[in-house]
Amino acid sequence: MRASRAGEGGEELQAERREKGRRKRARSDQEATGKERDKEEQPKIKSSKAVKTRKNVKNEKTKEMEEKQEEEEGEAEERNVKGKKKHGSAKKETREEDGGKRTVKEKAREEKKKKRKKVVETSSEQVTSEEDDNEEEDNEEKEVRPESLTPEELEMLKEAVDERKKLIQGLRGKPWSMKKKLVTLRESQEFVEKYEGALGKGKGRKLYAYKVMMTKKWMKFQRDFENFKTACIPWEMKIKEIESHFGSSVASYFIFLRWMYGINMILFCLTFGLVMVPEALMGRPYGTIPRKTVPRAEAASAMDFAVLWDFGGYAQYSVLFYGYYNNQRAIGWLKFRMPLSYFLVGVGTVAYSYMVVIRTMARNANESGVGDDNSFNFSWKMFTSWDYLIGNPETADNKFASITTSFKEAILEEQESRKDDNIHLTRFLRVLANFLVLCCLAGSGYLIYFVVRRSQKFALDGLENHTWWERNEVNMVMSLLGMFCPMLFDVISALENYHPRVALQWQLGRIFALFLGNLYTFIIALMDEINLKREEEKIIKFNITTWEASLYNSTVSENSTAPPITIQPADVPRGPCWETMVGQEFVRLIISDTMTTYITLLIGDFLRAVLVRFLNYCWCWDLEAGFPSYSEFDVSGNVLGLIFNQGMIWMGAFYAPCLPALNVLRLHVSMYLQCWAVMCCNVPQERVFKASGSNNFYMAMLLVILFLSTLPAIYTIVTIPPSFDCGPFSGKKRMFDVIQETLESDFPAWFSKVFSYASNPGLVLPFILLMVLAIYYLQSTSKSYKEANVELKKKLQTQNEENKKKNKLAALKAQTDLEEARKTASQSAELHKNNSASRQDQEDGEEDHGSCQRQYHNKNGRHPPPPVRDQDGQLPATRAPVPRTYHHVNHGSPGYLPGFPRQSEPKMHRVPSLQRH
Amino acid sequence: MDYTNDPVCTVPLALIVNMPELKENPFCGRIVESFSEDGMGNLSFNEFVDMFSVLSEMAPRELKAIYAFKIYDFNVDNYLCKEDLEKTLNRLTKEELTPEEVQLVCEKAIEEADLDGDSKLSYADFENMITRAPDFLSTFHIRI
Repeated sequence: MRASRAGEGGEELQAERREKGRRKRARSDQEATGKERDKEEQPKIKSSKAVKTRKNVKNEKTKEMEEKQEEEEGEAEERNVKGKKKHGSAKKETREEDGGKRTVKEKAREEKKKKRKKVVETSSEQVTSEEDDNEEEDNEEKEVRPESLTPEELEMLKEAVDERKKLIQGLRGKPWSMKKKLVTLRESQEFVEKYEGALGKGKGRKLYAYKVMMTKKWMKFQRDFENFKTACIPWEMKIKEIESHFGSSVASYFIFLRWMYGINMILFCLTFGLVMVPEALMGRPYGTIPRKTVPRAEAASAMDFAVLWDFGGYAQYSVLFYGYYNNQRAIGWLKFRMPLSYFLVGVGTVAYSYMVVIRTMARNANESGVGDDNSFNFSWKMFTSWDYLIGNPETADNKFASITTSFKEAILEEQESRKDDNIHLTRFLRVLANFLVLCCLAGSGYLIYFVVRRSQKFALDGLENHTWWERNEVNMVMSLLGMFCPMLFDVISALENYHPRVALQWQLGRIFALFLGNLYTFIIALMDEINLKREEEKIIKFNITTWEASLYNSTVSENSTAPPITIQPADVPRGPCWETMVGQEFVRLIISDTMTTYITLLIGDFLRAVLVRFLNYCWCWDLEAGFPSYSEFDVSGNVLGLIFNQGMIWMGAFYAPCLPALNVLRLHVSMYLQCWAVMCCNVPQERVFKASGSNNFYMAMLLVILFLSTLPAIYTIVTIPPSFDCGPFSGKKRMFDVIQETLESDFPAWFSKVFSYASNPGLVLPFILLMVLAIYYLQSTSKSYKEANVELKKKLQTQNEENKKKNKLAALKAQTDLEEARKTASQSAELHKNNSASRQDQEDGEEDHGSCQRQYHNKNGRHPPPPVRDQDGQLPATRAPVPRTYHHVNHGSPGYLPGFPRQSEPKMHRVPSLQRH
Repeated sequence: MDYTNDPVCTVPLALIVNMPELKENPFCGRIVESFSEDGMGNLSFNEFVDMFSVLSEMAPRELKAIYAFKIYDFNVDNYLCKEDLEKTLNRLTKEELTPEEVQLVCEKAIEEADLDGDSKLSYADFENMITRAPDFLSTFHIRI
């Protein structure tokens, strides 16, 4: 057979080589499975393969050749034309040959086995094989009948099916053209469809089919669920719109806002579901006990809007505040442990917040952890600085400008023109700027302290005889400071002449300090007030005992048999309840803060935009381009505002369970309001900063605020005894006594015993020590891991370089070898029968090279790349004498990206691309 | 148009580039070209879908890197040579930089990313560089 083909020239040669390669692979497959091949049958398989390969070449000569061969071996033709017929003929043939030595069935099975193997083999290289190849395969595959398969074959079939399934799943990530993807998908799906049902026998088969069906259903469900989830993400379209107009940094604020909204929603659910609703439904109704009743003195004005707006009157004596809750241990038919629930929700709020913030931080760090080195400064600037999301001309212009400036800055830095015209002046200015900022901070702190003290004086006088301003002074001053100080800082920072990114960080740090200072001054003032109230409380407590005694005495002295006088709960004298006062203060603060935010938004953004827009027609200079212009969206300021607002929520939530609800409302409104304001009256920032990288900065701030805001809350909970006549913990010495009470009365005796042992300092101290040790250990291991990581990175890089060099060398060598071989081949085409052995060796060598490449590539895509890579691209000179069919084998592969469509068929429109080399 | 007899029809580059999502992009022409089979920017439906599938958020980093390389490879020689970088830079900055600055930046970029010292960036160089870039994934996608 080989001899007959000998004269046909180079193309034949190629086909033969391929055939050999295939045969080799097939053989190795067979060896691996431990099945030996029947020698008689070998040529048949070979011939069928030869037919296949020749069909690919589509050459006139080969077609002639085909016919000849078909004459020689009659069955091969049938095999080609129709699969089923071929099956029959094969059976017949074998029967004739064997002459009854074996049973027909056995024989047929063996043949099938081989085909199965082929199927498995081709399925693994399916990706790279040509289409007509596949068609032929499909013809053959039809014959495989599941009844006659042995378990090993089943295994293999299963593997093949699984492989296809994996291929289908990973198809989206493959860098092929859509057409190829579609073809592969269809084929793989057909394959899977065909054999999935055929797998397994009897019981097993049913089970398998069931499993397959279930996985299909599950996949579909998952996809639907995924779609549902994306559809459920609120405000996604709004944010996308903003993103396309203003770039990712402005959008990052809104995403942050949405995230915050989610957290507050959960906090709200916790407090609403476990504290407010049970108390409102199952607790004693309004008006039954003094703490749930408006006192007689306030009753007249309790429904006035001014009072309600201040969260006094009916609002004060409602579930919104701490004081309303009763200290009854279990309420309702559910025996709901109200005080315990209140305490645990307070703790849970803080714990949940910590957990979420830290988890998000860790995830962010993971995502951006790779790009910490600065070794690709210019390349990154060049290839990743354009934000593909931008779809608005103005933003695009700004982006162009900011990219240009960033390049200029980088060039300046690169040139290291350490002129530093006057370093002393810059230093002086920076010191001066910091001094001024410190003055501002101190001044604002004092102002707040002063105002708070004054307001306390007003409060002692009675609020009624003061003006609106005097009553709301504290909140207004705080809001105004928060509004104007950042502007002042901005002006001052112009002195410093920092790099804009550094300047932004300084600015953020200063605003942070300002807010923090204000908040803590406020808290200190609040602590003063708490102490005052507690003094008051002592006096009232004393008065109450005397009042009760007198009441008792009077009833006793008048008439001992008369029923005791029932006192209206509204008339009972009561303490000042500092907890409710704290809650009220925080709620007022939040409300005024929200109001200022909205009003600044309306005045500063909307009104300004309207004025600029319409006064521009009749003004002496260009308002839009000149001085007032439109406002920019201040991402950092808004994020800071959000963070501080959240801090206040965390601080006050224990004393005012309504705070999370209020905050949810606020965030909801500001989402819509700010989206609208941004789209209608802001212009994109002049310096467009990228969002990534700053995310964790904000998160870190949030964490700091969370810590700082839980500190005072925990301090008050732990150290100050609760009021005697209001709130769920009244009558206890400390708020956390509720835990002990629960342990003693609700758990079995042994549990409290165990608990008391466990809380013994002798156990607690070692435990803490152990934790510290564990932290130390983890810390040090993480450090060493980091070091190892850096080391590995270095190694990887050097390895890469070395590999590259090696690859180049190998490619060079293989290329020259090939070249030589081809020369000899073309010189003695008619003698190549003798040469074929050496060529074959060479081919094998080439394949080895290919296989090592394949190993690397299988990680990315599962398809093995064509046998020769990386060669021709680097040695363009060797391309010229290569015959056309040689192209057929390895053109398209060399030096090509995996993403380029593999040009496997010599189509017309691909030709120019070949000539590029 | 007769779809029944000629189902394969393509949309020319000029039309696609005018999409609002691509309009402002300095590389819009390159994006479309690198997804078209003929290299001229005529997209069939499949290629169009392919383009936005690669540019979507779901696409893996490797895939995005491959196509980013193609987009920045202006002369389609499978290497990012200096001319490619110059073109990229000029498009990014609207030719605001002086030629000397452009030269400097291109040289620096090649120097940073070129591992095998052939003074042009192969795909491997590019991939190595781009996979470490912190902003690549967040900026190299289009939402439609």
